[in-house]
Parts: sequence; C-alpha cells; structure tokens
Amino acid sequence: MILGLEFPPVSHLIEWPTIFGSGVWAVNKVVLLMWLAVVLVAGFYLVAGSRQQLVPRGVQNVAEAVVDFIREGIVHQTIGPDGTAYIPFLLTLFSFILVLNLYEVIPLIQMPVTARMALPAFMSLLVWVVFNFVGMKKQGVLGYFKNMMFPPGVPVFLYILVAPIELVSTVIVRPLSLAVRLFANLLAGHLILVSFAVLGTALWESTYIGAALPGALLVALTGFEVLVSALQAYIFTILAAVYIGGALHPEH
Amino acid sequence: MLDVLAQQAPGELAEGLTAVGRGIVYGGAAIGPGIGIGIVVGNAITAMARQPETAGMVRTTMFLGIAFTEALALFGFVLSFIVAG
Repeated sequence: MILGLEFPPVSHLIEWPTIFGSGVWAVNKVVLLMWLAVVLVAGFYLVAGSRQQLVPRGVQNVAEAVVDFIREGIVHQTIGPDGTAYIPFLLTLFSFILVLNLYEVIPLIQMPVTARMALPAFMSLLVWVVFNFVGMKKQGVLGYFKNMMFPPGVPVFLYILVAPIELVSTVIVRPLSLAVRLFANLLAGHLILVSFAVLGTALWESTYIGAALPGALLVALTGFEVLVSALQAYIFTILAAVYIGGALHPEH
Repeated sequence: MLDVLAQQAPGELAEGLTAVGRGIVYGGAAIGPGIGIGIVVGNAITAMARQPETAGMVRTTMFLGIAFTEALALFGFVLSFIVAG
C-alpha cells in the first residue's frame, strides 16, 4: 500500500467517501461520528441525571466533577457569580468539543470531527450570536457598540484609531480566530499523527529497524494529542465565557 | 543552471515555488507567536514561583494568553494551504 515515501495530499486525510445520501445531505464517516458524539454526550448527562442521589456514585460523580469544573474553573473566574445561567451552554459546548476532539486518538476512529471546518465554524458563529445578543440585551444596542468601540480611559484623539480596530476585532476576528484555532489545532495534530504513521510504515517495510524512532514518536505524540484535545476544548469554552463576560460587564 | 531550468515543464517550476511559498508563509507566521508564547509562559512561571498561592488564576490567564498568541501562528498554518490556490 505504502511502498515509497508517498505522502497523501492533505485533502485525502480528512475527506471520506459518502456512505449514503447525496448532495448537501450526503452522509459520510465524519457526519456519523458527529451524530455519535451527540448521542454520547446527551446520553451521558441523561443517565447521570436520571437517578440523582445525595451522595453521587459512578456516572453521576463524573458528571458532577465536569459541571463543577465548568462552574468553578471557567464561569466563576471569567463571568462571575451572575454567569450561572450560562453553565448549561458552556458545559454542552465543552463536552461536545471534547468528544469530537478525542476521536482523534481512539483506535479505528482516528478522525477528529473538528478537523473539518464546518463544525468549528458553526459553533463559533453560535458563540458570536450569543455574546452579541447578551451584550445588546444588557447594554442596549447603542450602548453595546458605544462601549465596544469607545472604551473609556482612552485619549479622545486616539478614538479614530481605537474605534475601527475594536469593531473589527470584536465582530470579525473573534469568531474567525475562535473557529480557526480549534480547526487548525486538530488538523495539525491529525496531520502530525498521519505523517509519523506513514513514515513508520514505509520505514518498517524497507528497513525494519528504521521504524523505531517514528514509531516511538507516534506513541509520544498520541499522548500529546490527548492533552491538546482537552486543552482546545477548555480554551474554546473559556474564550466563549470571556466573550460573554465582556458583553455582560462593560469596562467603566 | 539555465539549461536545467529550461528542461523543466513550466508547471513543475510553479509547483515547486508554491511549495517554497507555503513553507515561507508558515515559517514566517510562526516566528512572532513562538517568541510571544515564550514570553507569556515565562512570565507566568515567574509569577507562579513568586506567589504559588495564585497559581490557579495565573494558569487560567496563561492559557488565555497562549490562545490569543497562538491564533496568529494558526492563521499562518491555514493560509499555507490556501496559498496553493
């Protein structure tokens, strides 16, 4: 299969043949994995919440640990006490992204759904709509844009520079960087794993001993990718929380 | 040198130059963020070493700083695929 050091083009690493359906509704492995993630996350929290006990055991214990992490580690540190209403949203976001990312290292799946731009783009647009809506509801439409573009404490003549920069950074760069960060991290991780797997296979078929180094690196990098998966889910969630917090509490 | 160039099909040269361009795009985009992440993490470690009791807060802020800095490098990473056109 891989006789030479022939590296597959990038598009072949993340494009899968259609299983059924056609056109816009074509369903391939990535879509099936996404549905599986929805079922897994929803099922996990439904099972954990179905038989609630005062002293949590088993699944409920794990779920409560995750909820506590979101509440103490993310919401209270970035939004503050009045961010409690956003815990369900951020919890869903975190769990869903974590499952999608961890597909990268699970044997036989090994395809992070977030390495396709569609889902990160959709989720960052969702966050964009939420934090803009929250800001406009809290400060009024005019007040929101005034606080965004004319932050207090800046010399007046600098507003000609600050206002357009702030507008572009909030309205365009924030959702773009949120989506690209998640997408590019997972795509890069997937690419690295595939590179070392292809290299290891090719060297194994030609020299046997030469595969030792790429093989060892593949194992080490798989561990590293588990870390990256968790970290990216955390960073996406905490940035969403920071944006919502910024919309809730404008600088005075 | 010119003889060698003349023997190549024009498409090959463009392809090779595109590959070089991709490398330059990503390499250039990684310089600044590399320095930036070093500064962020280095200062976070200094802060944690001076006041270990604030380590939790510093770590959160450090990840935020890394995420903002890293985004620039990732823009370069994505652009390097777009460069091919």
